[in-house]
Amino acid sequence: MRAATRIPGWQAAGLRREEYERVCALLGREPNAVELRMFGVMWSEHCAYKHSRPYLKRLPTTGSGVLRGPGENAGVVEVSPGLAVALKVESHNHPSAVDPFHGAATGVGGILRDVLSMGARPLALLDSLRFGPPDDRHARRLRDGVVAGISHYGNCVGVPVVGGEILYEDCYRANPLVNVACVGLVSSSRVASSRATGPGNSVVYAGTRTGRDGIGGARFASEELAEDAAEADRGAVQMGDPLAGKLLIEATLEALQSGAVVALQDMGAAGLTCAAAEMSARGGVGMVLHLDRVPRRERGMTPVEVLLSESQERMLLVVQRGREEEVLRAYRRWGLRAEILGEVTAEPLLQVYDGRELVVELSPCALTDAPTYRVPEQEPPARRALREVSLEGLPQPDLKEALLALLRSPSVVTKRPVYSQYDHMVQLRTVVGPGSDAAVLRLLEAPPRGLALSADGNGRLSYLDPWAGGAAAVCEATLNVACVGARPVAITDGLNLGNPERPEVAWELAGVVDGIADACAALGVPVVGGNVSLYNESELGAVYPTPVVVCVGVLEDVSQVLPTGFCESGDLVALVGGDRVSLGGSEYLRVVHGRVAGAPARPDLQLHRRLVNVLVRAAQAGLLRSAHDLSEGGLGVALAEACVAGRLGARCTLSPQLFGGRADVALFGEGPSRVVVSVPPERYEAFAELCVREGVPIRLLGTVGEGELRVRLADGELAVSVEQLRAAQEAYR
Amino acid sequence: MSARFGVVVFPGSNCDRDCLHVLHEVLGCPAEFVWHESEDLSGFDVVVLPGGFSYGDYLRPGAVAATSPVVRAVKHFAAAGGLVLGICNGFQVLTEAGLLPGALLRNRGATFRCEWVSLRVERSDTPFTALYEPGEVVRMPIAHGDGRYHAPEEVAEELERCRQVVFRYVDNRGRTTAEGNPNGSVHHIAGVVNRAGNVLGLMPHPERCAEEVLGGTDGRRLFESVHRWAAHAAGRVP
Repeated sequence: MRAATRIPGWQAAGLRREEYERVCALLGREPNAVELRMFGVMWSEHCAYKHSRPYLKRLPTTGSGVLRGPGENAGVVEVSPGLAVALKVESHNHPSAVDPFHGAATGVGGILRDVLSMGARPLALLDSLRFGPPDDRHARRLRDGVVAGISHYGNCVGVPVVGGEILYEDCYRANPLVNVACVGLVSSSRVASSRATGPGNSVVYAGTRTGRDGIGGARFASEELAEDAAEADRGAVQMGDPLAGKLLIEATLEALQSGAVVALQDMGAAGLTCAAAEMSARGGVGMVLHLDRVPRRERGMTPVEVLLSESQERMLLVVQRGREEEVLRAYRRWGLRAEILGEVTAEPLLQVYDGRELVVELSPCALTDAPTYRVPEQEPPARRALREVSLEGLPQPDLKEALLALLRSPSVVTKRPVYSQYDHMVQLRTVVGPGSDAAVLRLLEAPPRGLALSADGNGRLSYLDPWAGGAAAVCEATLNVACVGARPVAITDGLNLGNPERPEVAWELAGVVDGIADACAALGVPVVGGNVSLYNESELGAVYPTPVVVCVGVLEDVSQVLPTGFCESGDLVALVGGDRVSLGGSEYLRVVHGRVAGAPARPDLQLHRRLVNVLVRAAQAGLLRSAHDLSEGGLGVALAEACVAGRLGARCTLSPQLFGGRADVALFGEGPSRVVVSVPPERYEAFAELCVREGVPIRLLGTVGEGELRVRLADGELAVSVEQLRAAQEAYR
Repeated sequence: MSARFGVVVFPGSNCDRDCLHVLHEVLGCPAEFVWHESEDLSGFDVVVLPGGFSYGDYLRPGAVAATSPVVRAVKHFAAAGGLVLGICNGFQVLTEAGLLPGALLRNRGATFRCEWVSLRVERSDTPFTALYEPGEVVRMPIAHGDGRYHAPEEVAEELERCRQVVFRYVDNRGRTTAEGNPNGSVHHIAGVVNRAGNVLGLMPHPERCAEEVLGGTDGRRLFESVHRWAAHAAGRVP
């Protein structure tokens, strides 16, 4: 007998021994082989959040505009009376490591259907991506494959990709991060639900046929990537069909219009099993399902394969008894399959038949009632030492060369070659597309309002100080939204970390979540949903703990949107916001000195809240001409970017007392809650008064001018032509 | 009274709603969707084949749509002198259906490109361009992976001779240069009209630049031109 056959069934299904015992206790018996496989995927980290749930409870999830918080397929928040936005972020990291094109494409498809499940029409996508450095051929292959996959799916499905970010670090070489967020629009009174209710109502399968692809995908996403992952796990990656995805959106919205749909959910991770179990459990009901009615792509599929398949572009719906035809007709009109699989039952029992044989009979709540784990959190001593490294003796480089090197850094350069591959204009809403601090969409349903969207997160900061990284992600996303003049109303967060069974990853997770929670609480911005991706490890080790925060803001009038770049020669340039800066974890330290060390500056959350208010009010009052958030590369890079975007120069002076007198700290130090603004001279006084009144520090730096960026420092002067800045920034690799 | 527009919806069309928005909300004229299985175009003065990925662009962009019932009807409609406007994927459908010469191949550089481009309006004596100045340079967005217009040289020469090239890619100084040609199209062709002048196909998206808030209004005049022309032809003055 071969060794593999001796592995106990529970282990082969992916459960621990104590989990298997818990299953037996919940059922009052041993599960059969089919049930065991269902528990294996439903109790995977990917589906059950076993290690993250205890932490996620700390996030503030309520607020006046929140119509649906976490626990649904997407969060929903009202953005105008009667009009709401559904938003969600999801990761597709492991599939993208194995098959970057299809992994990323199906990531797009999956998040669209989460938003669709709320009854919302998807309006826009944002992608937050992390890869190894582009000089590494493998990392570049992954990146180009992911970008092509997003382009393939997003363009065809007709949902614009309006923003996102791409950052590069060694730790993402073998385990890239592909987080995709979607925002959709729904009338407040028509928000859909995934709660199955009404015994006797029909359970309807809609979409494409079920095949053998993606079986065990959720489990695969819950393990570390093996060295030979690319070969062994390809079967766990699904294949997307964007045409079917597009038809599913149209057909589902049409079906919802009928008013006959009681509940719906995407058949994503863990496929039919997860959709049926979660919908039943949420409604406190059961379901009888007949597997032989599931449309199939191939013959000879076993019940386990049908139940666990993660074939894309499929939805499960509960439809009012007697009105099934209205729903089936909508799907069939769009050329999709729609079949009645069974019905809702009052008794909370999931009964699945294969022909006449009852193959599954269990409580849906048992499937959704996975245990949670708390691993003792421990900061690794080496990490602490790294954070406490003194950076005072750092040699000062040539500032001009350092600035140009930062602008050429793959994380800072223009991403135009990437986003020009995405249709970012379809649907006629994109007022500001990719490449700005935040994207802006007009709300045709509530003119002149608009939405601002931004996705942000810095793994390096989180690696050195998880709390600071979590809080900084919230601060940056909300500030980007405020920089175009919008008021932040909600966030969704994607957390990407290593193996949570290790104390150091538990420590990172706790810190990052606390940082996000504290920042959101201080700002009064709720977290309406999110995603956690763990086990992001390869033979090269774990990725940096990487939070991705996607913020939605509301702009009262899209015609008042503030640009990033300088606009008028003679305008005054000012730095608004916090004084806390550090070289710790900065892009400058990495690019110029080749180091990742030091303590990042921690945000002052109360100051941040005041800064966001000042920006929104100043934009509404027409006091500002432009605003640009400071992030990677600090003030130097922000000034350069504002010059290049506006094709204008600037003359600035940084006072010697500023930031301890070190020119590199002043220019390239990073800290949260800082913005470079340009202000018409006649409005400067009013703006400065507003800042002072609100307790937000403001420093006049200089004026917008022609041709070059000139910064006078205590020990010299930096002067670079805008043309040189632009050339450096165009150095996409 | 004004001209009536039909906007065709294929499975996978994704600019259908955008075209309808511009016709309804910007021009304020009657317009409705036409389902791909319909063969009835009576009552329409103009038929728009919108952008998108009809039938997923499987086989070749536009190839499957070209065999659909509605395109059969569009052929009769065009033969009877009806005005037909194909945008992006709609242009691809028109070439696949034989209503316009040439073909649209994979972009030079092989990647999808979504960006603003400059175009020179070569003719203002068509129903679609009457409100432009001849030789005027306008800005419109493109968004396509298969937009490289191709025709054998003798066909391209014929197109030039018969003045069928209506829009040409140019650089921002109005010259036909390699930099100004985003996809490698022969003769920098961005849009062509049939010999009779009632069927126009173009890769750029005029519906994406019909409102100032979206960055430009050069596309609006295309819809206004065809609207006026059709209303006039139908004896209804807008």
